[in-house]
Amino acid sequence: MARAVTTRRKTIATAAAWLIAFVIFFPILYTVITSFKTEPEAIAGISLVPSGTFENYVEVQTQRDYFRPFMNSVIMAVGSTILALIVAVPAAWSMAFSPTKRTKDILMWMLSTKMMPAVGVLVPLYLIFRDTGLLDTRLGLTIVLTLVNLPIVVWMLYTYFREIPGEILEAARMDGASLWNEIVYVLTPMAVPGIASTMLLNIILAWNESFWTIRLTAAQAAPLTAFIASFSSPQGLFWAKLSAASTLAIAPILIMGWFSQKQLVRGLTFGAVK
Amino acid sequence: MGQITLTKVNKTFGSTVVIPEIDLEIEDGEFVVFVGPSGCGKSTLLRLIAGLEDTTSGTISIDGKDVTGLPPARRGLAMVFQSYALYPHMSVYNNIAFPLKMAKTDKAEIDRKVRAAAETLNLTAYLERRPGQLSGGQRQRVAIGRAIVRQPSAFLFDEPLSNLDAALRGTMRLEISELHQKLATTMIYVTHDQVEAMTMADKIVVLNAGNIEQVGSPLELYRSPRNLFVAGFIGSPKMNFLTGAAAEKHDATTIGIRPEHLAISTQGGEWKGKVGVAEHLGSDTYLHVHTDEGGLMTVRTTGEAGLDTGQDVWLSPTPERLHRFGGDGLALA
Repeated sequence: MARAVTTRRKTIATAAAWLIAFVIFFPILYTVITSFKTEPEAIAGISLVPSGTFENYVEVQTQRDYFRPFMNSVIMAVGSTILALIVAVPAAWSMAFSPTKRTKDILMWMLSTKMMPAVGVLVPLYLIFRDTGLLDTRLGLTIVLTLVNLPIVVWMLYTYFREIPGEILEAARMDGASLWNEIVYVLTPMAVPGIASTMLLNIILAWNESFWTIRLTAAQAAPLTAFIASFSSPQGLFWAKLSAASTLAIAPILIMGWFSQKQLVRGLTFGAVK
Repeated sequence: MGQITLTKVNKTFGSTVVIPEIDLEIEDGEFVVFVGPSGCGKSTLLRLIAGLEDTTSGTISIDGKDVTGLPPARRGLAMVFQSYALYPHMSVYNNIAFPLKMAKTDKAEIDRKVRAAAETLNLTAYLERRPGQLSGGQRQRVAIGRAIVRQPSAFLFDEPLSNLDAALRGTMRLEISELHQKLATTMIYVTHDQVEAMTMADKIVVLNAGNIEQVGSPLELYRSPRNLFVAGFIGSPKMNFLTGAAAEKHDATTIGIRPEHLAISTQGGEWKGKVGVAEHLGSDTYLHVHTDEGGLMTVRTTGEAGLDTGQDVWLSPTPERLHRFGGDGLALA
């Protein structure tokens, strides 16, 4: 009897999980389907069967330059991630291994910046960017993306480093390792998986960031997010082309995510699930 | 060589005094066990000797040399941790070789020493494995191997067996004792398990709330505990204590008698009681007897005691094995 209940529960849970996954996935699927429709088809109403045209992709590639925003996205996502790691690794390190009374407060304060609506600092930031000539530059946006994601990067790394048992570091000290040797031979190899998954997540976050990228860029530094948004223009809303551009924009990150999903899941559930 | 001397060693964390002030002499080649309940400061004391904690005041010297201010690596000691603290990303070989690499020993020498240690500890077949692929006992051996290769002047063990199951604990206990005989190096061993202390030690240091309650050989502590704490802590099952009229009869505030020094009879004796729970171990039986004068008392009888629960019995102490304590808790002469 108990077994029957468990089996039924399992079936229901599985079905529910599939349903939820499908609901989450549906917008992406519909974007892909729409990208293969003609513009009249796209606005005609909900239909899951496209006519199968490739003209949107051709147009996105030829009429508008896809490569430039793509490269901007790559440079900014990777650049901001590297910058964030350079700052966050030592920060998280010191907080994890030599915490002070105020460490928790600092961590909370960092996180609190994520609770503030971004639009609250839009005007001052815009003015600073305008006056320093950072508007529509890759450098400017890379800095913003670094700062926007820094709290999350520090938090993730902090949780990772905290999981490295202190006794192992003490063992290294007993074994005669200098601080440098301790970092090179013991700490870094143990921290690499954590740093790697933090890096992956940050690249995804930076790639998808659209509030600042759309507002602080025009043509030169516009990444893929701004590129997609440009299809909703004063000339009209081009659903099919917008969908084709969106598909092209999410494809690289989707592929990266697919190949690194094991690392990502481990990174996101670290400390919670063992 | 590995003679360790602690002089007026004190450790405080903020306003919390962990170790008030300790003087202790550990002879070269001795197997010393620090034993005491959780939080008594035994691990802190070991970590002070290791150099993993700084002393607040006092001096620690090894072979006559003051090492109080020296970092752990320069004290010439090796430590085995409770969690084994192996490097998870390195093979067994590299784990054992690590201290030698840090000491810049040449490769051929490292190889020879690692293989010799692996041989001693039956690890030769596992040298290429990672710690994650080993059982608890094997991991513990790797940790010991890592300590051996350095040829330290003393080994420090911090509750090394508490993560192992009972059967393996027994085996490892024996292995560590054999290792001590073979190497004849000073070993300091921390445990809360008084059985480990009794079976392994040349000298036991009983700690309570950061203070040394008594130092002595296992049998000295068993035979003549200095105070109530040591009397109650050393010996298994625990010593029975009686106060009031029963103690006054012996000119003491408290008297103590070990379960194995009580005779049980159905005819007559000093204290009358009723048999409660009986724990049958096969070779021995522990009888818990509810007495009128001493409350619940434990009696150890050899073999299978043929007594039923609820049966009336009389207990009598072996007179020369009776421990008498004064009002201050100290043993009376």
